[in-house]
Amino acid sequence: MAVKERKLTIARAMAEGIAQEMRTDESVFVMGEDVGPLGGVFGNTRGLYDEFGAERVRDTPISETAFMGAAVGAASDGMRPIVELMFVDFFGVCFDAIYNNMAKNAYFSGGNVKVPVVLMTSTGGGYSDGGQHSQCVYGTFAHLPGMKVVVPSNAYDAKGMMIAAIRDDNPVIFMYHKSLQGMGWLGTEKGATVHVPEEEYVVEFGKASTAKEGSDVTIVSLGVGVHHALKAAKTLEQDGISAEVIDLRTLVPLDRDYIFASVKKTGRLVVVDEDYHSYGVSGEVMASVVERDISILKAAPKRIAYPDIPIPFSPIMEQWALPNVEKIVEACLAFDYHQEQAALI
Amino acid sequence: MKPSLEQKVWMYEHMLVSRYYEQAIEKIYLEGKSPVFNMAKGTIPGEMHLSNGQEPCAVGVCAHLHDYDIITATHRPHHQAIAKGVDLKRMTAEIFGKKSGLSGGRGGHMHLFDPAVNFSCSGIIGQGMGPAVGAALSRKLQNKPGVAISYIGDAASNQGAFHESLNLAAVWKLPVVFVVEDNAWGISVAKETSMSVTHNAVRAQSYGIPGVFVPGNDPVAIFEAAGEAITRARNGEGPSLLDLETYRLAGHFMGDGEDYRPAGEKAALAEKDPILVFEQTLLNEKVITPDENEQMKKAALSRVEEAVEFARSSDYAPAEEAMDFVFV
Repeated sequence: MAVKERKLTIARAMAEGIAQEMRTDESVFVMGEDVGPLGGVFGNTRGLYDEFGAERVRDTPISETAFMGAAVGAASDGMRPIVELMFVDFFGVCFDAIYNNMAKNAYFSGGNVKVPVVLMTSTGGGYSDGGQHSQCVYGTFAHLPGMKVVVPSNAYDAKGMMIAAIRDDNPVIFMYHKSLQGMGWLGTEKGATVHVPEEEYVVEFGKASTAKEGSDVTIVSLGVGVHHALKAAKTLEQDGISAEVIDLRTLVPLDRDYIFASVKKTGRLVVVDEDYHSYGVSGEVMASVVERDISILKAAPKRIAYPDIPIPFSPIMEQWALPNVEKIVEACLAFDYHQEQAALI
Repeated sequence: MKPSLEQKVWMYEHMLVSRYYEQAIEKIYLEGKSPVFNMAKGTIPGEMHLSNGQEPCAVGVCAHLHDYDIITATHRPHHQAIAKGVDLKRMTAEIFGKKSGLSGGRGGHMHLFDPAVNFSCSGIIGQGMGPAVGAALSRKLQNKPGVAISYIGDAASNQGAFHESLNLAAVWKLPVVFVVEDNAWGISVAKETSMSVTHNAVRAQSYGIPGVFVPGNDPVAIFEAAGEAITRARNGEGPSLLDLETYRLAGHFMGDGEDYRPAGEKAALAEKDPILVFEQTLLNEKVITPDENEQMKKAALSRVEEAVEFARSSDYAPAEEAMDFVFV
């Protein structure tokens, strides 16, 4: 039987997942800035207002502290709010509600109070929106305990992870990259628009996936970085190098076993992350390999991440700073693929 | 609305329990901390914020509440918790950090959660306000009864959360009552140097909701104002703000030298101790007899003693249980 090919953008996949859950679960509702008739600045609540109305798809004032706190209160009272922080960069004004309440109340209450919030938020730059509308800050959220952190790279995962997030009894931050949303004006990455089944399904958290198999080097990434890595892998093939591309999908929980197994096979590791270089995802991925067994590495691991600078406006400077295909190819070519023995230590 | 005789007695009883509780905690808190004061040592480690003097704010409001109503409380939560009916034994064990505590000792005195009576608190100033708004929204969306009470101190009203939450609750017409316990001090900083207006009741009006200033730290006056606000909320008429003048008889936290207080302030406050005032009123009005008064004091004291004994005789949870309940 032929598989029905129905391709959706991430934005549409998110909206579809939310709508399906709202139909079956009265406790699910959406609130945030411009999520109503506008359908969300990045498109992921399109159509919801028409179907569910203003009570369940609720435009808020520009008051992140209050509505993020309200999400905590509603979730603690038996609802399953989906709340949008339009740009993750805005977390500064409402972080108390997020990391001091949302992320900690289950623990403070000894598990007696559950806080099933889905906090969806946009990440990423590359379109000269300046340093307050272009950050990823994945590591900031993943660093603080109490929330699950998910970053889809394609529409299939986005729908399955959204449904999983809504059903999860814990707070989940759903970080979608603007350039993967399928909004034309953001220069959409085509690879993110993939086949999405119509029925409801769940993509389990804590399971990384292999975006492409390979044997010479492991490229670990997330979100848009996966697409850069896949393109780099294609280029590398022409040089006779077989790159394996791992899509982390979730940062908390992090599938450390999966990463380790791939690096054990290839002996070489490159991490690609659009978040800041220091104290972030790239360091964590490398640490999770070397602290388990450094001898599986044939060379020192490398990372391609955003330099530790605020994101510049000028396209020349921003594009220079962003991870890209060329940087990944260069990093992978720099390994000595003829070396068979572990050279480290 | 006036309190019935039963309600007056209830308020007095809970004020007594709260006061005896704080007196017991104060004594126990100092165990093991001398000769050199060390916050981390002793039976009750960590910070301790006592609510002596602020009892009327708790009982005057909570006399109107049911278990299903919601409270988000402050970092000074004991009187509010007691009036809301939080399990006193488990609360005490929590303050001691014991396994039998509300969360097995993971929360401590600033993070008390008792879902049985819909009580929670936060150690972050003003951060209970958003959750109260959300809980009220939840009740509205689910068509379930219940009003959410958000307690804050006067100093928290200068936080963004205060202004955003008042506005949000007002535009969504939610069943919330914001209760400001105005004790005139934000740690050591006087209210008059922090606020551009004298009363938060004024601020409420700028968000289009009733703001009522209640002077005198009087449980009956608070009961009456709270009754109106809570009735409004229950009738779907939207939020209100109660601005309650109260007195902090102790320091901001235990160990606070209170050098910031003007000379004579503490002595003057002690003379206005709301429990002594209320006791005298009830005796004068013959709501209670001197004998009944003594009985009530005994009963309150013994509740406190039982709770303390429960906490003392409880064990600490094994250290590795610190890993539980992050993802449940």
